[in-house]
Amino acid sequence: MFNKQYEAMEIKKLKELQLERLKWSLKHAYNNVPYYRQSFDKAKFNPDKFSSLDDLKHVPFLMKQAMRDSYPFGLFAVPMEKVVRIHSSSGTTGNATVVGYTKNDIEVWAEVMARTIAAAGGTEKDIIQVAYGYGLFTGGLGVHYGAEKLGATVIPISGGNTERQLMLIKDFGTTMLACTPSYAINMADFVEKKMKDFDFKKTKLKAGIFGAEPWTESMRKEIESRMGIDAYDIYGLSEVIGPGVSCECSEKSGLHVFEDHFYVEVIDPETGEVLPEGEKGEIVYTSLTKEACPVIRYRSRDISRIYRDACKCGRTLIKMEKVTGRSDDMLIIRGVNVFPMQIEAVLMEMEGTEPHYQIIVDRKGALDDVEIMVEVNEKIFTDELGALKGLAERIEQRIRSALGISAKITLVEPSTLQRSEGKAKRVIDKRQL
Amino acid sequence: MNVTQLSLFLENKPGHLLNALKVLADENVNILTLTIAEVADFGIVRMIVNKPQKALEALRQHKFVCSPTDVLAIELDDKPGSLMKALETFSKRNLNIEYMYAFTEKRGDKAVMIFKFADIELAKKALLEEGFNVVKKIDLIGE
Repeated sequence: MFNKQYEAMEIKKLKELQLERLKWSLKHAYNNVPYYRQSFDKAKFNPDKFSSLDDLKHVPFLMKQAMRDSYPFGLFAVPMEKVVRIHSSSGTTGNATVVGYTKNDIEVWAEVMARTIAAAGGTEKDIIQVAYGYGLFTGGLGVHYGAEKLGATVIPISGGNTERQLMLIKDFGTTMLACTPSYAINMADFVEKKMKDFDFKKTKLKAGIFGAEPWTESMRKEIESRMGIDAYDIYGLSEVIGPGVSCECSEKSGLHVFEDHFYVEVIDPETGEVLPEGEKGEIVYTSLTKEACPVIRYRSRDISRIYRDACKCGRTLIKMEKVTGRSDDMLIIRGVNVFPMQIEAVLMEMEGTEPHYQIIVDRKGALDDVEIMVEVNEKIFTDELGALKGLAERIEQRIRSALGISAKITLVEPSTLQRSEGKAKRVIDKRQL
Repeated sequence: MNVTQLSLFLENKPGHLLNALKVLADENVNILTLTIAEVADFGIVRMIVNKPQKALEALRQHKFVCSPTDVLAIELDDKPGSLMKALETFSKRNLNIEYMYAFTEKRGDKAVMIFKFADIELAKKALLEEGFNVVKKIDLIGE
């Protein structure tokens, strides 16, 4: 355990710590972010009178839309000279959510990520290959700082270039791999098809911390048997901090939430009411220590349940189940968050018209495969084959640059896409998760 | 003098061309010639029919994407080398053919080819100057 003092804290003490930190966080948000001031005032909530964790239910939620509306820095609670890092979700202007970190926030993030790696058995002796993307996406740098904090050796290879990934696993003696679970399976497929002389079992690889997209127990079994490693689920979201919000321990049964930094509630997504522990609903996060971008009751849209058990690992931290779904229409495509409205925005921008479209997500091999069917109408139709083909290619390029995913664009005849009760069915997700 | 060609968008799947042709059959439209340009997923059907306006309306009513395009029908001698000679002339006059296809029936001892040029008026002028017989719509579809 990386930080026994907090990870195995007595529950009563932990709750006291949470209350104390929550008081600070609420005041910090109220005093420094106009959005929170207005929203708290409107709900007649006075952070100075906050006296028990239970009172939190009176505090208004923070919706993703409010974060978008505050683009880029509207929710920052510190002056820019205190902000040392920016991360952002992909998306066009108005769709992206931007988060900032102070020096202390980066320190907290490194701490929770160091705990995450340690929970998967990592120590300063490990060599960690970070195959999450580096950049505005929080995955790469999040794991990177955590691994350094732990004192492990980091290989900051970033995503892609599978052959090189495998070469370094072998040559550098990588012991732990950090990437999306689907990319891990993709590596195993690559070995099977193209590098028959490569044997995972002859490498030093022993564990992987996989996250940024939903995955199943059967994927875990597949990764573990094909790569000969232990596969651990890690969870996070950039709005809250990035990876490092919760993680699995040696028991691989539920993810411990780092409650000393993030307070979790589960609510009924319809009514907004807080549900008792153990019931399934939408997870709501409140940051307890974050300086640059405090989030107060952020509605994650992730569906799960939280519960406390006497975990054999010794951590007293509350657990959340693997996230099983969403209460909105967000899709996670190869680790990238995608909203259908972003795709719609690209199509509108390209065509100046509102075409009917349908997004079909499937899993081919291990990787998510996206096809966007666009109905051809009189406005975009041309008698020239090359121009029509060019149109499809331009949409593909634009989606890649604006959303960061590659999708196949298929032009289809009008009125062929399924409409249910007159309303267009925008997404067909064939992935069995 | 321009001939109206109908261009129709279709997915490259079994039954799709059939559905479009059913619409034309029901409207008693006769197809004089037809060609398809395709990529993997879709294609464009180009055709000359005897009642283009009626066909266009019927297809649109049945939710097909269809548009009229002006093309030229040019009469050529039906003997070796005559198409090549025509192309030599187009090349000399710097007329780019976007696409072309043949008419199924002969007119006397002549063959008729359909040409789509980038600038139809420029092409027509040049071809008439070069002595080509550009066939009138009315001669082709007999209305």
